[in-house]
Amino acid sequence: MSEGTGLGRALRHHGRQLLRAFNSNKASWVGLVLFLAVVACALLAPWISSHDPAEQYMASRLVPPSAEFLLGTDDFGRDILARLLYGARLSLLIGITATVLALVIGSLIGALAGFYGGRFDLVIMQAMDVLLAFPSLILGLLIVAMLGPSITNLTIAIALTAVPAFARIARSPTLVVKQREFILAGRTLGYGDVRLLGRHILPNIAPEILVMGSLWLGTTIRVESSLAFIGLGVPPPTSTWGGMIRSGFENILDSPWLVLWPSLAILICIFSLNLLGDGLRDAIDPKLRGEG
Amino acid sequence: MHTYVVKRLLLSGITLLAVLTLIFFIVRIVPGDPARVVLGEQATTQAIDAMRQRLGLDEPLVVQYWRFLRGALVFDVGKSMVTGAPVLQVIGEVLPSTLELSAAALVLGCVIGIPLGIWSAVRRNRFADYVIRVASLLGLSFPAFVSAILLLLAFAISLRWFPVMSSGNSTGLADHLRQLVLPAVNLALIMAAYITRVSRSAMLEILREDYMRTAIAKGVPPLAVVWRHGVRNALIPVVTVTGLYLGILIGNSVLTEIVFNRPGLGKLIVGSLAQRDYTMLQGLMVAYTMIVVAINLMTDLTYGFIDPRVRYE
Repeated sequence: MSEGTGLGRALRHHGRQLLRAFNSNKASWVGLVLFLAVVACALLAPWISSHDPAEQYMASRLVPPSAEFLLGTDDFGRDILARLLYGARLSLLIGITATVLALVIGSLIGALAGFYGGRFDLVIMQAMDVLLAFPSLILGLLIVAMLGPSITNLTIAIALTAVPAFARIARSPTLVVKQREFILAGRTLGYGDVRLLGRHILPNIAPEILVMGSLWLGTTIRVESSLAFIGLGVPPPTSTWGGMIRSGFENILDSPWLVLWPSLAILICIFSLNLLGDGLRDAIDPKLRGEG
Repeated sequence: MHTYVVKRLLLSGITLLAVLTLIFFIVRIVPGDPARVVLGEQATTQAIDAMRQRLGLDEPLVVQYWRFLRGALVFDVGKSMVTGAPVLQVIGEVLPSTLELSAAALVLGCVIGIPLGIWSAVRRNRFADYVIRVASLLGLSFPAFVSAILLLLAFAISLRWFPVMSSGNSTGLADHLRQLVLPAVNLALIMAAYITRVSRSAMLEILREDYMRTAIAKGVPPLAVVWRHGVRNALIPVVTVTGLYLGILIGNSVLTEIVFNRPGLGKLIVGSLAQRDYTMLQGLMVAYTMIVVAINLMTDLTYGFIDPRVRYE
């Protein structure tokens, strides 16, 4: 058990595995490119659109797409393209933060439950199952309704709905890995639980967790937009995709493009993440590997 | 089987207690005083005190908790803070319409999803498989309100085949069904996307089994192999996983009801959110919890019934 068998080697190994996974499934490349395009649009928002997302051009309300307003304006005369681009920032910010938060907390809970086993495992996983069974939208709705909608509260609420899924995902590979010889070897050498978990178990269960992370990012973004559509998103005038659909829905009979553009944005974003995550999952699943 | 049922029932009871406790505390961590929120900033101290007393907020937390639990068990979840109507009665009025929508969506989702998943597995890595896989992935990517709005735009606003609003005041069975179609199809398509994927992977597992190879080797016609040996065994995991997806169905029904302006639990939630009707919200959460726990229990029991191995764990 030299130093090289721990973190560094696991990461290099996963790097190669990741590249193989991408190459074995072309759909994951398409997903990655699409998703990076969404991220680029969000980051480059001020350079893509010269308008301010909150600026109201009262003289040009509800105008169809034109040279000045590439995707048209909404009922307050605000540029839809600018609102879409800045809305992407918010969706990605909340989605990524919530997913990372859930991933870290959930994986720790799951790995600890799997590692220690026994009654501790039973109680923790039963609690996780209860939370998992509860519809994430309803749970998120309850928490945000009580705490009030703000970026922080939304992130916490959405993260909480995803924690049990990560706990489940982290637990089962931990159960397998802890039976392996190198863990026994580590124990014989007198390594503590923290070292065993942190340097030998977590790196080994990382691929499964990260793949689920990309799939769950799609889900957290979907929940955020759904909450915004219900009216529990980040309050106006901040632009959110779900909020744009919510206000556009009132004018759906005369100006359907108000809901069509943000719908398309949400769909592209979530679909790209699903393509990416689904392709990767097929590739790392040992049952399916080599049969694609 | 008896011990299995008793164990499941006990577990459901514990789950119910845990979630009810969770709801109790979530509702009580509200920043600020619910009585003040309902009455507004200008309310007098007397009015707020009276409201607090009426809501039982002046009592110690333990007493409130006990009352809440006892109320939930006998389905007495109090009165609406806004209209004063009993919460149970209001929920009872709209519950059938949500159940009808969910049941229709579930049946339609299975009818579409299971055959597509099996077809996809049998035609693995062929053209049909790719199309079905991409389509189901696309289905998973739709937030329910986005797909609902697109259906509304296409079939109610442009083509005028269905009414734009399903107000619930139908004049007859035909009218009633016409109002149900679009919302049910919306939920069913998303449900079908999930079920297709589960059915496909379940069928792929089965196709790898030795008894399938044996059946083919002894000359059973391919269709009979797939049907008699494959589909029946593949359905076992599909039932369980579909049970788990009912949570997603419930969440999506909220969004669908809002878009189609259809009466139901979803519209009730949004209405009580707007009016800050905390007692109604709490009652709705209790109702959702009971539904979820009941669904889980039924799924577990069905699973134990179909697959005897589960009972002896």
